[in-house]
Amino acid sequence: MPDTFKVGTYTFTSRLIAGSGKYKDFATTKAATEAAEAEMITVAVRRVNITDPGKENLLDYIDPKKYTILPNTAGCFNAEDAVRTLRLAREAGGWDLVKLEVLGDTETLYPNVVETIKAAEILVAEGFQVMVYTSDDPIVALRLEEIGCVAVMPLGNPIGSGRGLANPFNIRVIKQRAGVPIVVDAGIGTASDAAKAMELGADACLINTAIAEAKDECMMARAMRDAVRAGRQAYLAGRMPKRAFASASSPTEGYIWD
Amino acid sequence: MSSTVSIHINGELRRVHARSLTALIEELSLSGRTIAIERNLEVVPRSQYATTELCEGDRIELVHMIGGG
Repeated sequence: MPDTFKVGTYTFTSRLIAGSGKYKDFATTKAATEAAEAEMITVAVRRVNITDPGKENLLDYIDPKKYTILPNTAGCFNAEDAVRTLRLAREAGGWDLVKLEVLGDTETLYPNVVETIKAAEILVAEGFQVMVYTSDDPIVALRLEEIGCVAVMPLGNPIGSGRGLANPFNIRVIKQRAGVPIVVDAGIGTASDAAKAMELGADACLINTAIAEAKDECMMARAMRDAVRAGRQAYLAGRMPKRAFASASSPTEGYIWD
Repeated sequence: MSSTVSIHINGELRRVHARSLTALIEELSLSGRTIAIERNLEVVPRSQYATTELCEGDRIELVHMIGGG
């Protein structure tokens, strides 16, 4: 049976969700997203520059027929702005699967869980399938699931920090308790971070800066693709127990000197 | 020359000839683009662009998708 990743009414093969921010140009965004073999990609909603409307557009490179577009609410600091943003996104492309993120301050970009919960309640009531970015607090994660979010996406570390998983224990606790998919979003800096997240049981990783800021974006995208797969397989395979002492790999009988 | 209305587009006060959202999209050379429009804080469904009249002082938000994580 193929190992699929189901979120709400959507089914994916890839467990790497790509971000589309911070790339040097759209051609690189496209190439790296293809290299990552991602099937879902986040986008931000912003005002059109009405004085220069002829500029190239991200969606000229990222084909919404090929990728599941996941509009985000990046830059929103309250529930009202987040809800407005996603209502616009749904009208723009008909996208109902969305990434809700409501931030607390500009320095840490840490989630404001109070506003996030408020926004999630409204969006779920309006029929959105909400994938929600949040802190790695298991209680908050379960509250968001209870509201009806289709995936909970705890941070590994602050957005764009590349610091890996600050609290692997919390990611594991969230995974053990949650019924909806858990996506580690933010903090992944390199392939081993992604593998680690998947080994802990995360259902997917959302990766942007680590690929976009690599010297070779496409090579890092492939590394992330492989790390996510390797971590997933290690999780499914069931790792050996950790022991305090050594355990010989070769038989301890039949020695030639016995 | 048809008359114009003053409206706020993306926070900027502009005089436009368009009297409907369909006409506004054309006037701004945005036809065929993946955009969405909010008029006075309410999202306007695409099906109502032609019948949505622009009034003096309307606050229009015109958005599209850009790179983001």
